[in-house]
Amino acid sequence: MTTKQDNNTSAEPVEGAEMLSGGDMLVRALQDAGVEYIFGYPGGSALHIYDAIFRQQKIEHILVRHEQAATHMADAYARVTGQAGVVLVTSGPGATNAITGIATAYMDSIPMVVISGQVPTSVIGTDAFQETDMVGVSRPVVKHSFLVRKAEDIPLAISQAFHIATTGRPGPVVVDVPKDTTDPDVLAPYVYPREVKLRSYSPASRGNGRQIRKAAAALLAAKRPIIYAGGGVIIGNGSEVLTRIARSLNYPVTNTLMGLGCFPGDDPQFIGMLGMHGTFEANMTMHNADLILAVGARFDDRVTNNPERFCPDATIIHIDVDPASISKIVNADIPIVGQVTSVLEDLEQILDAQRQKNPEQPERKALEDWWRRIEEWRGAHGLNHQMTIEPDQPILPQMAIQKLYEVTGGDAYITSDVGQHQMFAAQYYKFAKPRRWVNSGGLGTMGFGLPAAMGVQFAYPDATVACVTGEGSFMMNMQELSTCLQYGLPIKIIALNNQALGMVKQWQDMQYGGRHSNSTYSDSLPDFKTLVEAFGHVGFKVTSAADLDPVMREAFSSKLKDKTVFVDVWVDPHEHVYPMAIKGGSMQDMYLSKITTSMQGDYM
Amino acid sequence: MRHIIAVLLENEAGALSRVVGLFAQRNYNIETLTVAPTEDPTLSRLTLTTFGDDGKIEQIMKHLYKIIEVVKVVDLSESEHVERELMLVKVRAEGAVREEVKRTADIFRGQIIDVTPTGYTVQLSGPSDKLDAFIRAVGKVSILEVVRSGVSGISRGEKVLTA
Repeated sequence: MTTKQDNNTSAEPVEGAEMLSGGDMLVRALQDAGVEYIFGYPGGSALHIYDAIFRQQKIEHILVRHEQAATHMADAYARVTGQAGVVLVTSGPGATNAITGIATAYMDSIPMVVISGQVPTSVIGTDAFQETDMVGVSRPVVKHSFLVRKAEDIPLAISQAFHIATTGRPGPVVVDVPKDTTDPDVLAPYVYPREVKLRSYSPASRGNGRQIRKAAAALLAAKRPIIYAGGGVIIGNGSEVLTRIARSLNYPVTNTLMGLGCFPGDDPQFIGMLGMHGTFEANMTMHNADLILAVGARFDDRVTNNPERFCPDATIIHIDVDPASISKIVNADIPIVGQVTSVLEDLEQILDAQRQKNPEQPERKALEDWWRRIEEWRGAHGLNHQMTIEPDQPILPQMAIQKLYEVTGGDAYITSDVGQHQMFAAQYYKFAKPRRWVNSGGLGTMGFGLPAAMGVQFAYPDATVACVTGEGSFMMNMQELSTCLQYGLPIKIIALNNQALGMVKQWQDMQYGGRHSNSTYSDSLPDFKTLVEAFGHVGFKVTSAADLDPVMREAFSSKLKDKTVFVDVWVDPHEHVYPMAIKGGSMQDMYLSKITTSMQGDYM
Repeated sequence: MRHIIAVLLENEAGALSRVVGLFAQRNYNIETLTVAPTEDPTLSRLTLTTFGDDGKIEQIMKHLYKIIEVVKVVDLSESEHVERELMLVKVRAEGAVREEVKRTADIFRGQIIDVTPTGYTVQLSGPSDKLDAFIRAVGKVSILEVVRSGVSGISRGEKVLTA
């Protein structure tokens, strides 16, 4: 079936096309795709490409210390800019190290193009040195992948890779490039296809008009509505129109972990994140709603809890660009497949027209009653921690996040790792704008936060970028402190140090009788202040609540504006994240503290 | 319920592995699978049979569509269709049984395509349940080897599946 191609002769020239080597073509194609940065790490199979990078100035290559970090940097760059992030790695271990980051991007629908060197075509399949079947290994975690056969295919592959990565439901695309196809001695005509047409790929754009009209009617007839908006709203740039619709209707809005910032977090209509560690009011509002407008959200198990008991009274409108996300977990009554902004704009028009015709809708009295109930829930169990500071009191992690919010004026880019600190950041940092909150929501990749913050800082060199991490997550990619020094990245790292794998420990406290199997290591932690200083950065250690404010202010002061700063905040190691969904229950079943659950109150 | 799903996909290296990988990855079951290029050499047609409730089949179809190389997907079992499967069976046929096997093959409109003093190889085509019935009729003891092509299907009437 396969035919071996002889790649050692240059291809025929094409009129008007420059003759380039495969390596040069690859780099030229990336330039033509508008790439600003490549995050990568060189190695044998990628050396022709690296030489081509050396001989040009348009694209800057960022040398990381581990390929996983390169993927997270590119991923975060994509999350905050909306442009595809680009990664370049070598074959074998370079490629496999990139897999975690590719899977992270895949789960969160992040556009990314990963170029991996491959052993020469002639030895593929022979277990050659540093050979891995990258197309095969990455297949379950990519949107698509290409194996380049000959040099002249490279521009088309790159052009298609960007098209596929950035359109429809975005995702990572791998381009695997055998070394012989980038041979500097083999030339081929360079033609970059600006227009990509694939007969087998045409992502949804506009939504079905009839469905949108049905959705508008259901929205206006609702008595207990809620807008449940996810990461798709941010990715599809739908935040503005969503916010307009929500404000015009005065309906409560909840966000998924991935959707935070798509509706202003400081708006009174915002009732917080929903789901496993969502606010009491968001989960109660969802459970009691008669209508859910789900936009760019996928009814993840961390949101729905038990799908059988999910929101029993609700009619569900589900807008998503990916038809496979609709009715996957929970059946949608009014499914609308389409690009989020386009669908919401159509919806807005119909809503406006309907309300001019019939100003009685939505029914004001019902909505007032609904808001009264929501405010009761918010008043009863909102995230209102007592933050008065006693001198010897241990630092609560929530306090550290609130302090971060305060000293950054709520206007920083925040990346996080995975665990308790991530949930505290999601709960307590009120994101007013989209693309400000960068975290690994779907895959839950520890080690994401530091390289992600670096990727954001490359995208916006003058912005305040903070990474909220835990000491466990931080140690999964801390080698990148060296990269921070090389490129002078002034990111601020706030580590909520509880000397344990906090979320694991919390589950062990709650479900395993407090047996902390392999979740603590307090005797063997490094002194992080000294550690970061050894990497050439500035370190602080805070152990008492009274010091939190001055140290955080100093960390973000203009004096340290150009420095990478690490703040090691020793927090109360016994603190848990609440609310927390009770496994197998509905959305209204939550632990509210170590000793109380939602079932004890009179809130049903 | 059993469904026959027909897929047109780009005749490219790796396309088939994506389809098969999808079924493994999402814990869907494949009962039979057959694939070959069509009259248009840039396209392959793949037919697979699987079991699942309507919700599961809908998810399978949607996920198949998401594979970039997949051009068209249709659930043939949704409407009138013809299905055929080819089977070759090596049967022990000695003594009194020899004539019986021949007669059974005739009843099922099978052809004997290879003969040895002790056995026959029978070729049979039809819907899968007919092939199952033949195996039952001949009896497991007599059967030495069975090879089945997997189901191919096409819709009845004017309807066609093209890119």
